[in-house]
Amino acid sequence: MASTTRTAHPREKRIIFKNIDRPGWTNDIDCYLQDGGYEELKKAFAMKPQEIVNEVRASGLRGRGGAGFPCGVKWGFIRPGGAKPVYLICNADESEPGTFKDRYIIHQDPHQLVEGMIISCYAVNARLAYIYIRGEFPEGAKILERALAEAREHGFLGKNILGTGFDLEIYVFRGAGAYICGEETGLIESMEGKRPYPRIKPPYFPAVLGLYLCPTIVNNVETLCNVKYIVRIGGAEYAKIGKPNNTGTRVLCVSGDVQRPGYYEFEVGGLTMGELIYDICGGLKPGRTLKAVIPGGSSAKVLSVKDRYKIKSKQADGTMVETEIGLEDVPLDFDALAAAGSMAGSGGVIVMDDTREMVWALNNINEFYAHESCGQCTPCREGSLWMKKITERMLHGGGVERDTDTLKSVADNIAGRTICAFGEACAWPTQSFIDKFRDEFVATAGTKGNGNGSTNH
Amino acid sequence: MSAPTELLNVQIDGVWHQFQKGTRVIEACAQAGKFVPHYCYHPKLSSPGNCRMCLIEMGMPKLGPDRKPEIGADGKSVINWIPRPQISCAQDIAEGMGIRTDSPMVKECRHGVMEFLLINHPLDCPICDQAGECHLQEYSVEFGTAGSRFLDEKVKKPKRVELGPRVTLDDERCILCSRCIRFMKEVAHDDVLGFVSRGSHTYLTAHPGKLLDSNYSLNTVDICPVGALTSSDFRFKMRVWFLKETKSICTSCGTGCNTLIGTRQNEIFRQTPRENNAVNSAWMCDYGRLNFHYVNYPDRLKTPQIRENQGLVDTTWNSALIKAGEALKQFQKWEVAVVASARMTNEELWLTKKLIDSIGTSHHDVVPRTGKADDILMSADRNPNTLGAQLTGVTGEKPGSKLMEIADKIRSGAIKVVVALGENLKELGLTVDQLRKLAALIVVDILPNETTRSATVLLPSSAFSEKRGSMINIRGRLQRLNRATQPPGIARDDWEIIRDLIQQLTGSNGIYLIEDVFKQMTDSIPDMNALSHSRISDQGVQLVEETEEAPATV
Repeated sequence: MASTTRTAHPREKRIIFKNIDRPGWTNDIDCYLQDGGYEELKKAFAMKPQEIVNEVRASGLRGRGGAGFPCGVKWGFIRPGGAKPVYLICNADESEPGTFKDRYIIHQDPHQLVEGMIISCYAVNARLAYIYIRGEFPEGAKILERALAEAREHGFLGKNILGTGFDLEIYVFRGAGAYICGEETGLIESMEGKRPYPRIKPPYFPAVLGLYLCPTIVNNVETLCNVKYIVRIGGAEYAKIGKPNNTGTRVLCVSGDVQRPGYYEFEVGGLTMGELIYDICGGLKPGRTLKAVIPGGSSAKVLSVKDRYKIKSKQADGTMVETEIGLEDVPLDFDALAAAGSMAGSGGVIVMDDTREMVWALNNINEFYAHESCGQCTPCREGSLWMKKITERMLHGGGVERDTDTLKSVADNIAGRTICAFGEACAWPTQSFIDKFRDEFVATAGTKGNGNGSTNH
Repeated sequence: MSAPTELLNVQIDGVWHQFQKGTRVIEACAQAGKFVPHYCYHPKLSSPGNCRMCLIEMGMPKLGPDRKPEIGADGKSVINWIPRPQISCAQDIAEGMGIRTDSPMVKECRHGVMEFLLINHPLDCPICDQAGECHLQEYSVEFGTAGSRFLDEKVKKPKRVELGPRVTLDDERCILCSRCIRFMKEVAHDDVLGFVSRGSHTYLTAHPGKLLDSNYSLNTVDICPVGALTSSDFRFKMRVWFLKETKSICTSCGTGCNTLIGTRQNEIFRQTPRENNAVNSAWMCDYGRLNFHYVNYPDRLKTPQIRENQGLVDTTWNSALIKAGEALKQFQKWEVAVVASARMTNEELWLTKKLIDSIGTSHHDVVPRTGKADDILMSADRNPNTLGAQLTGVTGEKPGSKLMEIADKIRSGAIKVVVALGENLKELGLTVDQLRKLAALIVVDILPNETTRSATVLLPSSAFSEKRGSMINIRGRLQRLNRATQPPGIARDDWEIIRDLIQQLTGSNGIYLIEDVFKQMTDSIPDMNALSHSRISDQGVQLVEETEEAPATV
């Protein structure tokens, strides 16, 4: 990993990834301290916790894990002065296919995360925090353990941190390898030693009934790193980066059919899909044309290059103007991608060129979700495997005419009816692939009757 | 209960109702006559919300700019409907809440869930014990479709898994509702069941090295909404729609769990718990549940017998009773003892006391029977009606305290005649030789033992499922037994036998029906004064203050 060095593209704005691939940079605390590390922590300790919460709220920072929920609002759910302890959990279960940003922070800049966490714990008055790291990151876990030990040695963790009277311990908790552990209530169940079955909400909102039924904040790695930066420059200044309601930077993980896949950090909304693909990532492979993009991790709805998207944007005079644009002109921010019918999600941009068969692509995604459904609630458990069985059969020449409609209605019967957002995560690909590329599905399914006469319920 | 409960206004399918605060949405719907189908929800267990069968449309009061609910033309709050369906099993009602149980969205949800539950189900109803009382079958008819769109291979899972000595599991039938897991954890306090693997391949199993061998394991079979968990005892014995179900109570300990006795053609096939929150919640122990097979034993006593020379020979009821009466009249009252049973009904015990009084003896008692209480349902008193035996005066404060004296006097020859009612005198430490020395041994019982074999007059009687009557549990609750089966041969109801023995001593006593016994009994026992047989509901009546030995509330 350390051997791959990449130079940041001139259009990038590297805040969170400032030290990733930086020449001479190492992930130990000495290197971090020489670069001014833990100065924001000292600055934070000079502030009142509520002031930090206010700064984060003013920054407009939205969660980088996938849902894009405003971080300051989430923190505001913790009522100060409650009888129960407050826990903070860093969600480092980065599992969404197409997403590979948090691992670089953990591997190359772990102290940025640790510092961000300490500040965040101080802000929400958490005295115990955990980094829940996916089981598939054994090296990352070791690096974090070492970083935490270093922070402890330097007095940034433990009792009476820097003489402030604030106590904090952070522990690494390793998952055992399940996508569902990235769902915050599943993650909490897993930490409690149980199967990671997501909890029903209501009543189990983590900010009220989280870990051990105590108030709990679960934030993504990148989100917590942003907190450090907000403390450095202030919420108002941070809010100037990006666009209103889409502030800060975003690490995008580009994969698929581009010349230069990889991670890039930009101001949110600072460029369009086309600019990302052609200017930053070197375009498609020779002779290929763009077909589709999944813009926010595998669960985000696919966008087709053939479609037109209506995007509202705020003008300088404050009026909203709706413009109809092509996929390549869609700006990469939370609101524009939502308006285009998909989501910014976890920042995993999957690019597909004209050689990609959509039934194959969807089956690839379906296989993943069928394997990762936790099995707790009926629609997702049964539906995710059923969808995979249909696309697999279609791919192998066993399709029947009604498969396309069945597939779509199975997805419709999952989305919105499950305990957690996995239902949408596994249904949205099918819904959107069929919506955008129906002809391909119909053609692959063939005209082989309807499969009627089966008694195989 | 004494505090006034707040009533909340809730709109269900367009009609406003009032419900007590704290009512679950699904329960409120049921109270309003709108049944919401469900699998994982069980009122006695926690709500995981996993089956998604109870999805409904829900709305909350629309708030105006002043954060107060907007009031509509009907004077009620305007409802802001939530676009996504909500489960009704895990949420309590709230003021101004709106619920739709019959909207197109709800119907679509149920339809979708039913389809999902059936695609990997083996559909082996013709050989499944649950058929006829299966929620999959029932809801499939009501909310599903006849055909299937599923064309692929079903998931294969373990079958015929012996989870424990009494429960057999078919994982392919399991819909993963987790009721059994939650029951074992939350009620039986023996957290042995769990799910392994994931997604559609998830299956139920016992933890490695553990068995589902709790004394409450068969309750998981009752609450399993499908045919996944079956009773190894009942499995493949009888289709449930052929069973006649009779409300009764369990007579295996002092708790008196309410039961349903399932019978066909005068044979008991199973016992299941019947809900009674004052007694057993919705549960019963495996020991009590399976303690009925002896009723069906082929060696049940069927015909009255009298001893001639060295052997017992069949005779008529009339001659057997006359012989018993002669023996009772022949000796002095202090030469006669009556050993009764706290397994007898109140009516039988009351008549027994009349018999004792007619004889005039003070040698009478019941045989106590104790074990270990388990903090769930099982009582330390393994006799179901000790309180009844005390109230009727057949025994005193300390049941069994006179037995030693009676046994000694039998050995010494001071007692020459014994009436043994449903108890084996071996329990008193008496040997067959000692019993054989009695001038007369009148035995009323249902199965052969040392005492019946030593009898001079043997009167075959009825088992718990063959009689009507009442018992009082250790918490002082009077409950009824009902007749589910007929006694074998010409065996008679115990109360009739005891009445006839009294008649041998005193002539006709005007008792022809069990209701007559009950009437006279309630008139003569102060604690029972206000009772009438017909007023005792299926849930029983609290007769005396709860005693201290009452088991922990389930």
